[in-house]
Amino acid sequence: MDLGPYLLFASLEGLVHAAVLSLIALGLSLVFGVMRIVNVAHGEFFMLGAILTWWVSNFVMGNPALGFLLALLIVPLVVGIIAMFSDLLILRHLKYDPEVTIIATIGILYIIQQFALMTFGPDARPVEQPFNIRLDLYWFGFSAYKFFVIFSAIILLFCVWLVMAKTKFGLILRATQLDSEIAQAFGIPISTVYSLVFGVGAAIAAVGAVLIVPIQQAHYLMGGEPLLLAFIVVIIGGLGSLKGTVVAAMLIGISDGIISVFFSPNLAKILATLLVVVVLLIRPNGLFRTIRI
Amino acid sequence: MRKDLILHLSALSVLLLLELLGIFSEYHQGNFARILVLAAYGVGYNILFGYTGLLSLGHALFFSAGLYASGLSIYHLDYEIGQSIILAIGISAFISSLIGFLALRTIGVSFMIVTLMFSQIAYLCILYFGSITRGDEGFVIQQSSRIFFSLDLSNPTIRYYSALLIFSLCIFINLWIAKSSFGRVLVAIRENSDRALMLGYNVQSYKLLSIIISGTISGFAGACYGILFGYVGASFATVSYSIFPLLWVLIGGAGTVLGPLVGAIFMFYLIDYASDITDAYMIIVGVSLLIVTLFARRGLLGELRYRFFKWIP
Repeated sequence: MDLGPYLLFASLEGLVHAAVLSLIALGLSLVFGVMRIVNVAHGEFFMLGAILTWWVSNFVMGNPALGFLLALLIVPLVVGIIAMFSDLLILRHLKYDPEVTIIATIGILYIIQQFALMTFGPDARPVEQPFNIRLDLYWFGFSAYKFFVIFSAIILLFCVWLVMAKTKFGLILRATQLDSEIAQAFGIPISTVYSLVFGVGAAIAAVGAVLIVPIQQAHYLMGGEPLLLAFIVVIIGGLGSLKGTVVAAMLIGISDGIISVFFSPNLAKILATLLVVVVLLIRPNGLFRTIRI
Repeated sequence: MRKDLILHLSALSVLLLLELLGIFSEYHQGNFARILVLAAYGVGYNILFGYTGLLSLGHALFFSAGLYASGLSIYHLDYEIGQSIILAIGISAFISSLIGFLALRTIGVSFMIVTLMFSQIAYLCILYFGSITRGDEGFVIQQSSRIFFSLDLSNPTIRYYSALLIFSLCIFINLWIAKSSFGRVLVAIRENSDRALMLGYNVQSYKLLSIIISGTISGFAGACYGILFGYVGASFATVSYSIFPLLWVLIGGAGTVLGPLVGAIFMFYLIDYASDITDAYMIIVGVSLLIVTLFARRGLLGELRYRFFKWIP
């Protein structure tokens, strides 16, 4: 293949990862924006989504598309409920103190990860693609499912924007994000909102997992890498800003894809992390600048 | 003699007596040698977290900087033990001042995330330069190069005494810092950095100095760990090795000199027993983190100090 088509191939691969990455980062950013806590266990909710998808698709016999659709409905719900419970049982009692919450979510990270190891086992397991069509793009064939992933992520991002901008629930979230005390004074049940947001943030990451698992395989350690990338995305994009998150996810995801294809995945991550250092050097307050801590 | 000196000297004498009277079985002797070096790492972590109040999630970077600096110089360049430790101290001091300079541009939660990411870069670099570092597999430091002034450091008894010496050195540095005016300023920064700034202290440079001291002690502990136990591998640079010292310090009591030792003994044996039962022994770490944050913020020695012995440094 010539360089041109090869570059196109690499960018398409990058776009698929960027789509999933923007979903994961969006969940992280939403939780930070509204609750002002950093959820280090976010990657594990993603991993949980992938593993549950494997279970659902093994449970449903017959057409893989059926299992996939069922997973798309059930898995985010289950992951969201688990996240809400961890908020109710743990984070609420820490009064959302930013530093203590990070330590506690590291605890949740290990518990979820090791629980997955105990039940799911240490092996990576594949999930069959719901449909297996190859599109012929003249120079190379590209799986139609990958286009479906990109497309679904765009739709979900649009839905989140719609909810945030146009609905009453979105208004409540934005009010809580701006000033939780005033919001409470206006009768908004802050603690319920917090639990819901924590659940929704995890559920969005789980949707990303359902979409990516037919391409990537489910593994109990798969949560670490997207977490690192999501951190990079939200630092560059500005936490709590939907637009910034998506733009940064595209930038990081596509360049990650291209560098991974041409060089090594590790080098891509080293470079992306160094990019954060540069951002920090140019704008010392650039980190999390949309919201005071 | 001062009360605090008596306390720490007697704690060290207990550790010495355990060995002299032959109370240890060979298994526990080896464990305690490990614990002592790891606790020295915890002491380094505690200076930044416990005294200055800066929560770093990336100390594995400093630990592995020392580990690899000494390990690689012995493995590739045939350095003597002494030379390699001096090199490790120099390199970890350099790296911690660089990281401190960059990371201190941020505060609070951002500081935690930035340190986490720096340490992740280091981990990925170790994997990326696998031809030199041997990546995940790691490499073994041969017994023939682990000889220090004709003392064979792979001998369990000599190894235990060396570990005790390393740990003692670190806690006396810590004790000296805790009692000095420098340490008092660090505590003032922890309690209220704005007020410390208003009183005329250059908070930024105190913080930087605290990171350098903390990182250098961590690197020194890393170098000693590699030399005493003869193995250098990428697993020491993973996030878990940044979380461990945090956990030891939290359990033992942040801002207490002996806290890291108490926490390290507790966690080491807890994980040791758990790993007999299940492969997923890291779940113990998760549960302990939750218990500490939910019910015991001060940690063991912190609680003792709060209730009974106000003088514990």
